[in-house]
Amino acid sequence: MSRRVLLCALMLILVASTVSFAQNQLIIFSWWTAGGEEDGLFALYDVYQAQHPDVEIVNATVAGGAGTNAKAVLKTRMLGNDPPDSFQVHGGSELIDTWVKTGYMEPITDLWKEEGWFDAFPQDLIDMISYEGEVYAVPANIHRSNALYYNVKLFEKYDIEVPTNLDEFFAVAEVFKENGIPALAIGSRNLWEVSHLFESVIAAVAGPEFYNELFQGKHPWTEPRVVECLKILGRVFDYINADHPTVTWDQACGYVLQGQAAMTIMGDWAKGYFTANDAEPNVDFGSVPSPGTEGIFIVVTDTFGLPKGAPNRDNAINWLRTLGSVEGQNGFNPKKGSIPARIDVPTDPYDVIALSTMEDFGKDVLIPSVAHGSAVIDAFASALNDEMGLYIVERDAEKSAERLEMQAQDLGLR
Amino acid sequence: MTSRQKERLTSFLLLLPSIILIGVFVYGFIGWTVYVSMSKWRGMVPDYTFVGLRNYATLFSLHRFRVGVKNNIIFTALFIPSSILLGFFLAFLLDQKVKFEGFFRNVFLFPMALSFVITGTIWAWIFNPQAGLNVLLKKMGLEFLQSGWITDPRVALYSVVIAATWQMSGFTMAMYLAGIRGIPLELREAARVDGATEWQLYQKVIIPLLHPITVSAVVVLGHISLKIFDLIFVMTGGGPAMATDVPGVYMFMATFRQDLFNRGAAIGTIMLLMVAVVIVPYLIYSMRTEVER
Amino acid sequence: MRVRPWRVLLYICLCGLALFYLMPVYVVFSTSFKTMQEVSQTSVWQLPATLNWASYKEALAKLGQGLINSTRLAVPATILSAFLGSMNGYVLSKWKFRGADTLFALLLFGMFIPYQSILIPMVRFLQSIHLYGSIGGLVVVHVVYGIPMTTLLFRNYYTSIPTELVEAGKIDGCSLLGIYRHIMLPISAPGFVVVMIWQFTSIWNEFLFAVTVTNNPASQPATVSLQGLAGGLVAQWHVQMAGALLTALPTLLVYILLGNYFVQGLLAGSLKG
Repeated sequence: MSRRVLLCALMLILVASTVSFAQNQLIIFSWWTAGGEEDGLFALYDVYQAQHPDVEIVNATVAGGAGTNAKAVLKTRMLGNDPPDSFQVHGGSELIDTWVKTGYMEPITDLWKEEGWFDAFPQDLIDMISYEGEVYAVPANIHRSNALYYNVKLFEKYDIEVPTNLDEFFAVAEVFKENGIPALAIGSRNLWEVSHLFESVIAAVAGPEFYNELFQGKHPWTEPRVVECLKILGRVFDYINADHPTVTWDQACGYVLQGQAAMTIMGDWAKGYFTANDAEPNVDFGSVPSPGTEGIFIVVTDTFGLPKGAPNRDNAINWLRTLGSVEGQNGFNPKKGSIPARIDVPTDPYDVIALSTMEDFGKDVLIPSVAHGSAVIDAFASALNDEMGLYIVERDAEKSAERLEMQAQDLGLR
Repeated sequence: MTSRQKERLTSFLLLLPSIILIGVFVYGFIGWTVYVSMSKWRGMVPDYTFVGLRNYATLFSLHRFRVGVKNNIIFTALFIPSSILLGFFLAFLLDQKVKFEGFFRNVFLFPMALSFVITGTIWAWIFNPQAGLNVLLKKMGLEFLQSGWITDPRVALYSVVIAATWQMSGFTMAMYLAGIRGIPLELREAARVDGATEWQLYQKVIIPLLHPITVSAVVVLGHISLKIFDLIFVMTGGGPAMATDVPGVYMFMATFRQDLFNRGAAIGTIMLLMVAVVIVPYLIYSMRTEVER
Repeated sequence: MRVRPWRVLLYICLCGLALFYLMPVYVVFSTSFKTMQEVSQTSVWQLPATLNWASYKEALAKLGQGLINSTRLAVPATILSAFLGSMNGYVLSKWKFRGADTLFALLLFGMFIPYQSILIPMVRFLQSIHLYGSIGGLVVVHVVYGIPMTTLLFRNYYTSIPTELVEAGKIDGCSLLGIYRHIMLPISAPGFVVVMIWQFTSIWNEFLFAVTVTNNPASQPATVSLQGLAGGLVAQWHVQMAGALLTALPTLLVYILLGNYFVQGLLAGSLKG
């Protein structure tokens, strides 16, 4: 008797722990958990909520810059037939190779036609999110990967100019080093930060054409220009903060803000970090293209798409509608520190730095970011991260180049 | 049906759920993993095209995997002796009729009740070069002992060994203490009557009797160490510069970060082989000695 | 009483080692009660100026769901695997048939395997039965992979119970099941305590299954949430330490209150203690 009661109780616990009740929800998956990014996301939720007050938004975020943790989580969720209603994904290879070609996404070309977006977004951007004639996502924003942030007061104090090319950079770095200040703050805790720096170096040293060809597999990694890039990256590491392995990118920005380091190279989402911490553009901090990349725009774009089997499909489509709208773009981007992906929005909510980025976006050579999954498949980006972590310790450019070539061949990129 | 047959059937039926579950979840899944490890499956859609041992060949040529295996061997070679020696020393101390034995025993053993995730979180803070241990060393005037700890590729692995030893040495202590307490008092008395010192008593009588316990401890610690994942994942994530990377972490990364399912399966299979080398002889040995008893 | 130098040395060793083992506890307490400013200074080893509960509040906000999930996971998984283990242990110790020991060894092997070697099929399997990503799926996994250990513990326990009891039951005309229900179960309480403490602690502390099977914050156990704290913003060590303590609390309480049973499980886990 007592055993039967116990068994019943057991079953109840089991059932209670597995059953969840269907609700009118919108599950949005992203890795926007840091200051400015989170503010932007919440602003977007506000816009959505104003239009659809009866929907409960589930903010499914996973921390860890550039989303390395989140992407892993997303994959296991998708594999487990447990997709969110919409998720953050970098346009380019990450969207197309990982999700579209494998049949996990629904095309949303009709939504694009309905909303008249084909005229509102630049064509090269639409190409990055299309596959076999169908569009699969809505870009939320445009980021510039190759941005240098600096502490204005430190540069004034030592009366030096902000470097525009690598020679100037090393000259400036030497000055700071003499004064006991790391010229560059880097947080290499998650390693992608190093790949991020490396892509700026490749663009600066070898130029955008070689950059594109290298990642399309047209050059071997052992080629002298790559080795040269690696060596310059190694030189940069002579001028950085010693604690970089424990630091994340936002902590590195903190160092710049507090004057513990002079500069940092990070995507323009870093601006969101500065402004969220009450720093004023061109007074407390400034931004220019990273040394030697004037006229080159390394593009990172966060997009959202419609996974097959989204639990609240209608809500998800409305979410995409909000995201692509002028109101959504301008609600999100000023807070996030990015520029809108639409080219037809009012420019008044944007600060001076954003306005100059928008201008550059219009005229620069655009190349996709490697560290953020737009230029190459995840597996290679991840292998590149590993190799970067090794390289900054070993500093053996030839050996690293050889290993990268091996990885590229193994992953079928060459 | 005779009652004996009926009982046989019931006993088998009682075991059946577990037999099926273990059969599928352990042996079936291992087979499945081996199969994946010889397939082409990369990316989000399974591809079971058979490619033989190619993935293993690639794996063994990969720097990250080779470094990981090397790290795991170094880790094991340091972690087992340190936990055994420290655990034995603690048991020896506690065996000396000390006051507050219960208190000390609890202090040495409590880390065993914690998750490796918790141990990793706490020790990552202690080993943070800007804060933690370095500050304490400076205060004590021991600056020369300061180090980058988990941020210095030359030291990181040893830092992780310290954290692991902190957690597991209480376990060997408990095993040894139980073993020592299980030795008949008459044996000790007899040795003392023969004029043996405490040291001789340990050397000649107690330690030899504890050999089976040492074997158990080596096996248990060894298999924990060969499949270590959580502690390293939380403390260092395998870094800096792969200094603490082990196959356990790489398997997780290759599978769930890089979508290289065939590579992940190959790493898992090799880990299984490494652990089996330690465990299978031990299981056979345990079963045999049990039958003899 | 004469103070012998040997005894003094002994206590110095004991106290020194105790300090080593307790140091992390001190670090957790002193850090978790500090404010952000206090933590970022070099005063790690000083006690906090005031008892500041803010970090606990913040940790609870981030880990609360995880702690609830861990409970919803550990309780049913512990009970179910204990029952399976008890039946197995009973049969394998008191009703040995030919090949029973081999079967037992084959079961035991499942306890030692690196779970990396079954992770991929396990994920696929849970997907196919639509339990992937849920606590229910994690319960299944922990019940199954808990069987070897619970079987081992119960087999040891029942072996220590005189076979005469079973014989007596047979003479009274009890069946195999009858003996289990009327004779063995009533005296199994100590065995269940040991097994359930062991299972509860292991399941609560587990990380690899937790991090692969459950991903969304809504169904993550506490260990995964705690690990997530580390990957967050500017490293908030005081919150992390508070989180570590909150996550450790249930198993620590079990250890403090029922330490002897915990040690019994620990020793039996090494096959022959």
